[in-house]
Amino acid sequence: MSILPQLVFLLIFAIAAYILSKRIKYLRRNIFLGKGETRNDHPQERWKTMLLVAFGQQKMFKRIVPAFLHLLIYVAFVIINLEVLEFVIDGLTGSHRIFAPFLGAAYGVAMNIFEFLAIAVLVSCVAFLIRRNVMKVERFTKPEMKGWPSLDANLILVIEIILMFAILTMNATDQILATRGVGDYNLLNTLFFSNLIRPIFEGMGDATLIFIERFAWWFHIIGILGFAIYVTYSKHLHIFLAFPNTWYSNLKPKGEMVNMPEVTNEVNMMLGIPTGEGNEPPAEIGRFGAKDINDLTWVNLMNAYSCTECGRCTSECPANITGKKLSPRKIMMDVRDRAEEVGKNIDKGGKGLEDGKSLLGDYITKEEINACTSCNACVEACPINIDPLSIILQLRRYVAMEESGTPAQWNAMFQNMETSFSPWKFAPTDRFNWADQLKNEEIK
Amino acid sequence: MSTYKVPTMAEMAASGDSPEILFWVGCAGSFDDRYKTVTQAFVKILNKVGVSFAVLGPEEACTGDPARRAGNEFLFQMQAVANIQVMNGYEVKKVVTACPHCFNTIKNEYPALGGNYEVIHHSQFLQQLINDGKIILQGGGEFKGKKITFHDSCYLGRANDVYEAPREVIKALDVELVEMKRCRTKGLCCGAGGAQMFKEPEPGNKDINIERTEEALATGASTIAVGCPFCLTMMTDGVKNKDREHDVKVYDLAEMLARDMGI
Repeated sequence: MSILPQLVFLLIFAIAAYILSKRIKYLRRNIFLGKGETRNDHPQERWKTMLLVAFGQQKMFKRIVPAFLHLLIYVAFVIINLEVLEFVIDGLTGSHRIFAPFLGAAYGVAMNIFEFLAIAVLVSCVAFLIRRNVMKVERFTKPEMKGWPSLDANLILVIEIILMFAILTMNATDQILATRGVGDYNLLNTLFFSNLIRPIFEGMGDATLIFIERFAWWFHIIGILGFAIYVTYSKHLHIFLAFPNTWYSNLKPKGEMVNMPEVTNEVNMMLGIPTGEGNEPPAEIGRFGAKDINDLTWVNLMNAYSCTECGRCTSECPANITGKKLSPRKIMMDVRDRAEEVGKNIDKGGKGLEDGKSLLGDYITKEEINACTSCNACVEACPINIDPLSIILQLRRYVAMEESGTPAQWNAMFQNMETSFSPWKFAPTDRFNWADQLKNEEIK
Repeated sequence: MSTYKVPTMAEMAASGDSPEILFWVGCAGSFDDRYKTVTQAFVKILNKVGVSFAVLGPEEACTGDPARRAGNEFLFQMQAVANIQVMNGYEVKKVVTACPHCFNTIKNEYPALGGNYEVIHHSQFLQQLINDGKIILQGGGEFKGKKITFHDSCYLGRANDVYEAPREVIKALDVELVEMKRCRTKGLCCGAGGAQMFKEPEPGNKDINIERTEEALATGASTIAVGCPFCLTMMTDGVKNKDREHDVKVYDLAEMLARDMGI
């Protein structure tokens, strides 16, 4: 037997691995365009969060129908990948179904489980295609979904459907050949699902069947390798990034805004409070708030690359629900798009961040961030703990402190607070007037 | 004749006393005509129960929450640091407030600036008083058997995971608590958070408080209970907008309790 197929397989595998490693390096570099932030505290709680939220899909179950369909695809993805291991070994050694002799009857059982999962993926993907394209579920048809995002979503579903068909075709033809006693094909217990499509192939000759079986095998494994590379360009990256993304979740109360110590130093100096740090101004004061992606933290950028654009955040956002421009999903998509633009530009030897563009202004407008009520509905809604609010608030800080560009009514509120220590224009001396009447009222 | 007492921290300190709790009134509680009645109701309850408390009175200043959410970190920290100096000066240990924004800011954001206190929202405090048997409700008060819905404030609920305390307080009034479609973790904002209270909404096709009020009215409740001054304003405006102020009332938890206690 020729070892040519093995060499071809090795070559394809090596090329795929090379491209993948380049892509991973690229994504990693882009994510670390963000500012440093240490989030290694409470490791136990972090592992628990990852297990529950990413591995256990906990937050998906707020919406039961998509949660169930998604769970099927997710379980299938994890388990069918075990079969890919066999594919790779077979491909490299020239064996065929190398695990079959070792596992005996259990192998047939496993194959039936895989086939059941393949069918489950098929059904779920079709259901998802219907939800997107026929039922037009509202959160999939928002303005930010026009063009590539919608195509990306449909492509993923179609690719998954085709890959599952390849598995079933491979198993059906493989078992016909085994029944006929051709070559090294192992006869397994009845495979219920691929059995259903066997009639399509029964009339074909051995050579045709071998060709179809081999074609399906190669198609499936190359398809999977290709899909893995595609994922790095796609919103589908969540299948990997959901795990680190949940591990690095914000564990603090959602209402807490991150302090700006560089401001605290100045405030203490202004109020004449010893800072304990020798009252020396910090060597370099960076930008206040965020104007571009490098002002955000790497966690914000990882959030953006983890987002699969499901739109649960946007569908729960009070501003979006009432027709405002703000869409938390768009915030995440904009951050990723800008990071991609900068990353590609750097790789081409271009100006990168200094290209005259910025996240705020060229991607996200003030009207959007000004519409946010900081209600945390988006943060709560995200199945993998992405935090769009953190980004919105950092952008607001830039607008207020670097541009003085807040809306006039907010400026008036600032002025009231500065002069009368209340957001409303009341005399501070009147603050305690509410008690006057009470102090003369008899206790009943 | 004994009248309600509203001691200030300064008065307490002058007589060498220190109260168990500081009641943080907040700007709405101090200046907003409608919300002043909530402040007064809560103080009446504190008097009635005999809780050792004091207020900062004229020494209190805005926590800085709206400034911080609007992006003005300098202004926020100026307010915060000044407040912390005052509170630390009085050696405050425990703070109770009726405003979820003040609650969130003092509880979660003051520690990074040197202000470490036990901070409790008035819904939690009232629930505790009820549980401890310190507030004894007559039963058969004006709310008995009525349909009441509770509007979750974002800064109490999602921001700080307080969902049950306000509901327990309402249930103690022997009422029928009905939930809106979006409640607890999925509760819809009234539209005032994140400094929106202090500006006109951005262009859209509806005001958020109208959306929320419609949802509250759909429950058929005759009272919309809230635990936040901004929510109170927004929901009251929403009810007015829907011309329902004659049969639907918006009350804060403390007001409802005080009414039931006949004070």
